[in-house]
Amino acid sequence: MTRQDKITRAFKQVGTRPPRPDGIDKVTGRAMYGADMTAPGMLWGKVLRSPHAHARIRSIDTSAAEALEGVKAVVTGADFTLPEDDFYRDVAVNCMAQDAALYDGHAVAAVAAVSEAVAKAALKLIKVEYEVLPHVIDVDAAMTTGAPVVQPGRAYENVPEGMSENVTSHCEFGHGDLAAGFAKADVIVERSFRTAATHQGYIEPHACLASMGGDGRADLWCCTQGQFHVREVCAEILGMESSQLRVTASEIGGGFGGKTTVFIEPVALALSRKAGRPVKIVMKRDEVFRATGPTVHSSIDVKIGMTRDGRITAGEAHLRYSGGAFPCGTVDMGAQSAFAAYDLDAVRTFGWNAMTNRPKEAAYRAPGAPQAIYAVESVVDELCQKLGLDPLDVRILNAARKGTKSAYGPTFDEIGLLATLEAAKAHPHYTAPLGPNQGRGLSCGFWFNFGGNTCVTMNLAFDGTVTITEGNPDIGGSRASISLMAAEELGIPYDKVRTIVADTASIGHNDITDGSRVTFSVGLAAIEAARDAIAKMCARVAKIWGIDPDAVEWKDGAVHPSGPNAGKFPPMTLAEIAATSPNTGGPIAGHYEVNADGAGVSFGVHLVDVEVDPETGATKVLRYTVFQDAGKAVHPDYVEGQMQGGAVQGIGWALNEEYIYGEDGRLQNPGFLDYRVPVASDLPEIETVILEIPNPGHPYGVRGVGETPIVPPLAAISNAVSRAAGVRLTELPMSPPRILKALSAQG
Amino acid sequence: MQYERPQSTAEAARLLHGATGPARILAGGTDLIVQMNAGVAEPALVVDIKRIAGLRDIVAEDGGFRIGAAVSCAEMGEHAALAAAWPGIVEGANLIGSTQVQGRATMAGNLCNGSPAADSVPGLVAAGATARIVGPEGERDCPVAEIPAGPGKTTLKPGEFVASFFLPGRPARASDAYLRFIPRTEMDIAVASAAVNLVLAEDGSVAEARVALGAVAPTVRLVDAAGAALVGTRLEEDALEALAKACRDACAPIDDKRGTIEFRTKVAGVLARRAALIAYTRAGGRT
Repeated sequence: MTRQDKITRAFKQVGTRPPRPDGIDKVTGRAMYGADMTAPGMLWGKVLRSPHAHARIRSIDTSAAEALEGVKAVVTGADFTLPEDDFYRDVAVNCMAQDAALYDGHAVAAVAAVSEAVAKAALKLIKVEYEVLPHVIDVDAAMTTGAPVVQPGRAYENVPEGMSENVTSHCEFGHGDLAAGFAKADVIVERSFRTAATHQGYIEPHACLASMGGDGRADLWCCTQGQFHVREVCAEILGMESSQLRVTASEIGGGFGGKTTVFIEPVALALSRKAGRPVKIVMKRDEVFRATGPTVHSSIDVKIGMTRDGRITAGEAHLRYSGGAFPCGTVDMGAQSAFAAYDLDAVRTFGWNAMTNRPKEAAYRAPGAPQAIYAVESVVDELCQKLGLDPLDVRILNAARKGTKSAYGPTFDEIGLLATLEAAKAHPHYTAPLGPNQGRGLSCGFWFNFGGNTCVTMNLAFDGTVTITEGNPDIGGSRASISLMAAEELGIPYDKVRTIVADTASIGHNDITDGSRVTFSVGLAAIEAARDAIAKMCARVAKIWGIDPDAVEWKDGAVHPSGPNAGKFPPMTLAEIAATSPNTGGPIAGHYEVNADGAGVSFGVHLVDVEVDPETGATKVLRYTVFQDAGKAVHPDYVEGQMQGGAVQGIGWALNEEYIYGEDGRLQNPGFLDYRVPVASDLPEIETVILEIPNPGHPYGVRGVGETPIVPPLAAISNAVSRAAGVRLTELPMSPPRILKALSAQG
Repeated sequence: MQYERPQSTAEAARLLHGATGPARILAGGTDLIVQMNAGVAEPALVVDIKRIAGLRDIVAEDGGFRIGAAVSCAEMGEHAALAAAWPGIVEGANLIGSTQVQGRATMAGNLCNGSPAADSVPGLVAAGATARIVGPEGERDCPVAEIPAGPGKTTLKPGEFVASFFLPGRPARASDAYLRFIPRTEMDIAVASAAVNLVLAEDGSVAEARVALGAVAPTVRLVDAAGAALVGTRLEEDALEALAKACRDACAPIDDKRGTIEFRTKVAGVLARRAALIAYTRAGGRT
């Protein structure tokens, strides 16, 4: 993609708010979700899960289950051939344990039977002989030498000898002279923080239907953020060729990163292969909590030095993350994003991942960034308090901007941080009066954003309507946004364009819906596919008129004669060109394939007021405003929706959500009763302010917006609570018992 | 699993008495169905009591109210006279679950589920309510306070079930209140709770007071010393502090995923103070 130096286009449709094409289906129940698919002769699959946090599997006796009437197949780890590649092998072992159960809820066997009741009864007949092993749940405990080892021999070469075998990787980022930086500081604050593992909390549990024929060809319908990734992982685990497995993504009831991997899909395929019939698996909520990916839990030390007038002289962070029972690279993203909002001469971050007996981490919106930025933004706030400085002024003074060498290496291009900070400062929220026991907090947020492999086809029907075929499940209104961009480029109304999400056999590879990439890269590809179709339409019309293709131009949805030919022929509209296309060379389609670059980083600032009940430690969120750079908000409703949704998930993370383990290493709250996501009445209206600083990497200036909004809430709320309570909180969630304890300790 | 829908309490008692395996009563099903789905309860017999005459009625009796065991919490909230006389009990019942759950859930189910955190129970105990119990040997009346026996347990004998509650009549200048602490604003389980039932004298001082705490012990606690701390006072600061202290002293909670011993104990006192002030104001008192 060439760099767009200045985007001055006056949009006609981009920036409007038409209804989303999937809206009516979703509110009427017509939409097909993961569990809605059925097939003739279908069996029900169910998974047996380990009740132990860590145990060697000595034997599994499935004979009684196989003998039960109605049971058609039973599989265990022995039914899977492990891929050689570490990444795929870890996914496979996570889907079905091999010689050891690595966490409470780890799958150890599965059955397919004629009904759910028979499948459930069959699970009880499977005899697993476990040798219970010592377990470790906490990341700091896992890093101590002598801790129970989750998996031996998994450390990368960059981990120094002598550390616990649970430590799998180490990373380091930054530049400048830390010692010299700290020497320049008037005040240095050093603090340690902890954050609990949180789950993405999507409403729809994982569900799939797998059907493998005797010829080894298979179809899989599932709820996922990336059907191509599902195809590749499942093909690898089942020893199939990718083209022999067709994966169709259902509508999705929330993903937030958690549906970027597989859990039950390879199991359903293996059961179907064995039974010779379609097999459906639908997870129960407790399985979702116990066995799918929460985010990492973390332990972080941050040290920052500041001059009396608010200039940060040096920043240092040590991050210890655990992505559960497998190696995990999420800490790298935490270590890179921790200080991204600041223009610093001296900065260094160090990251470590350690395995614990918890479920394998899955991505959760901006994975790794919220924890790191929470710790950094808490310390910045404390420095502002200590020095009597305005926390927004300090951030403006130190803000990264175009040309700043970022803390993780690259030099920033056009970024919107300063604009969002200034918008926050100018907003009435920032100066509104506060009452007793109330506090105001703020935090910056950052995410890299991603582009990636993308492939779009645009087909013109003979009646002049347009179908866009793309390959990314729509998790945030992307079909509406893609249709809008295509309609804009083609100069036809939005309702003449229908965007559909195709299966893996119907279009080329598309990377997962992740990294806030879809509106950016699929949008870009849709615009380019439209331009491809436009070029073809121009050529057709030039042929009809008998003039050179260079002698026509595309304007307002029609081909016009241009230059010396201007006015010689009446313009031909898209509909007219489509209608005559059988006579001019056949159907017209546009294509575009790209590994998109230039996603453009994203910054946001959140401002929040809270009230803390000093007698109970309860926090009420009173007012919340999100400021974020969207590059260009294609469909502002869905941009605001992302900003509000991220804020709400962050509020839950900050105040109540956490994975709670007992002494026995078992998860104690695998349900929405005791895993407390916020309910509507917990929340104020989340106000949004969209800034538009165009991204030079996109033809319309679009930046991804989906992930950044979950980054600032943790620190913004912690800073607000700390100011309201008069005591600095350093552990998430800030549940009422924790706040009351901090208040009591303070006296 | 056998499902029965008897027409009378006697028939229900016969069915329960004759059960050959685990038997459960079904009213709203907001606990039972969830437990069955989770595989925690696997009853051989389910006796649905919603078709038994009178069990879905709220009727006046002896100046008070009789509330059938199958009356939903939402129906209680819609009963103006009941809500006026016993606002604390009604608000406790209407904190259970969500709006949808309250349309099905019953106080009898809430009581017999045996949770120390049951939201409708402290109010009933503070009110001095009695439960009418039907069993193989006929009917008996029992104070609600004597029914819980520990988490998941009641003192009901095999074959017995709760058919109704009786709330006594109210003198003028009497009211009650219930407060619970939850980390969210709704759809949650009490971490600690307090119900306060007050009768005021003509001069506005407290003549009678009963205070019950939930979620701070294996069963609901009726705290005599807490009630005594209020009698003769107008809820002055020292009376409220004495009330809070008596409540804290009566707590014997556990540390668990919902709260700590320290937190539950402190907050029980706070809730009792706040509930007492609400009940006092409702009864016409002025602090």
